[in-house]
Amino acid sequence: MEETTGACRLRTIGYKLWYGDFCALHETTLDIPSNRITAIIGPSGCGKSTFIRTFNRMNELIPGVRVAGEVLLDGQDIFRLDVVELRRLVGMVFQKPNPFPKTIFDNVAYGPRAHGLRDRNRLAEIVEKSLRSAALWDEVKDDLSKSGLALSGGQQQRLCIARTLAVEPEVILMDEPASALDPIATLKIEELLQTLKKDYTIVIVTHNMQQAARVSDFTAFFMTDENRSGHLIEYGPTSRVFTNPREKTTEDYISGRFS
Amino acid sequence: MNAPGSGRSNLGSRRLMQRIAFSLVWAAGSLSVLILLIVVGYIVAKGLSSITWQFITTPPRGGISGEGGISTTIVATLYLVVLTVGIATPLGVGAGIYLVEYAEAMARKSRIIRAVVSTARFGVETLAGVPSIIFGLFGYALFVSSMHLGFSLLAAGLAGACLILPVVIRTTEEALKAVPVSYRNGSLALGATRWQTTQKVVLPAAIPGIMTGIVLSVGRIVSETAIFYVTLGGSYRMPTSLLSGGRTMALHVYYLAMETRAFDKAMGTAAILVISIIIINAVINLFSRKLSARIGA
Repeated sequence: MEETTGACRLRTIGYKLWYGDFCALHETTLDIPSNRITAIIGPSGCGKSTFIRTFNRMNELIPGVRVAGEVLLDGQDIFRLDVVELRRLVGMVFQKPNPFPKTIFDNVAYGPRAHGLRDRNRLAEIVEKSLRSAALWDEVKDDLSKSGLALSGGQQQRLCIARTLAVEPEVILMDEPASALDPIATLKIEELLQTLKKDYTIVIVTHNMQQAARVSDFTAFFMTDENRSGHLIEYGPTSRVFTNPREKTTEDYISGRFS
Repeated sequence: MNAPGSGRSNLGSRRLMQRIAFSLVWAAGSLSVLILLIVVGYIVAKGLSSITWQFITTPPRGGISGEGGISTTIVATLYLVVLTVGIATPLGVGAGIYLVEYAEAMARKSRIIRAVVSTARFGVETLAGVPSIIFGLFGYALFVSSMHLGFSLLAAGLAGACLILPVVIRTTEEALKAVPVSYRNGSLALGATRWQTTQKVVLPAAIPGIMTGIVLSVGRIVSETAIFYVTLGGSYRMPTSLLSGGRTMALHVYYLAMETRAFDKAMGTAAILVISIIIINAVINLFSRKLSARIGA
């Protein structure tokens, strides 16, 4: 595709997905660049979430899902990678904050422990570093043994981000990470994204177009056809897609001329 | 469409219905509690007179007069509870985990596994409704005679484990299903394996529910008579090994009531039985509440 500067981290080539016989996502070919924020926008049911759940193979947990085409992470076929290893490389933050019913410390240490790290000092370092990166450290540093569920919604979501950072992934997928949060918490998450992209490749699904315009470097617009299947309509630098869309559908959607 | 305000004209009658319904459910609730209190109160009141320290600490002497205490029956009951729960918990919790966390994922891929799983579910549900004497007969035929275990704690423990297994499996399944899918997704998305997810996230969150199943099972073992009548025998001597026969407190109540003149001692034993069930429930409830508070659920 066009204008994607720098190395490309994720790439889909003719990727398709079916739920049973229903084709939820039509052939999608798309390059996602390193250390950039790529926003996926489009109306409900257009396959945005399905699309990003491809990259850590979470769709495989849903019965009846079939896929075709290629998906590459750093040039490697993700369907040939061990799924556990893939999910360490490609982290995910979900729409609703989902901290474990454990302490803040144990939430963040969960991933490194699952991958075999036992050294207490090393774990403590990782927990602090991750909480700092997720801009949560100052709020919780005296209370690491408190339950993660006792935090506010916005703090919980940053805890989930810290938990994801702790396993040092290359890519972070975010499925509408701020849609369950109030505007102030949303702003915090958006600011955080800007610092995180220095070290990570971020793919974010959002149904909030202002948010996509504010935070992302690239935007992919998906739309449903008459059979309710999802299509990739347009992809390019966010500034271009929002100011000078090439497709009529994109323009209509962005300017709110859709039901 | 109703005109605005038409809802107000029948407001009086709706309020009345509401009051009547509330009074009825309130009456039903209080009556049930009252009946239970009367039963428990009657037994405890009647039994209290024969409860002494000596009654608890001396063994029964047998015979038609029902002389002696109940020490050996308390010990036999304790042994049997530990044995049945010890056998049934790992099996039942394991089976519940398999059915909820693994079989469903596999059942999607294979029709054979799907058939096995639904048969297993049906089996568990049926077994939960089978009268305990049937398990007793089975235990008698298999453990007592075929396996030559005789009337023994081991035979009774195995039969008792079969009896409570369906309860443990079902409560484990319910407890696991109540754990939000988002916990599992969160864990899997961090690169944890399915077993790590089950062990570190799902099981801890499900423990209070699983405990409930175990409490119910303990109550069942303490209160059953028929199944142990045919597997444990009725010896009132102190059990000394897994192969000793014995007599649980519930069985002792039955013997005292049916075969001796010591009806007051039957009541006394029954009272201790009821009180210990209340204590067991309270302790385990407290324990599981502490536990779930610690995990923060």
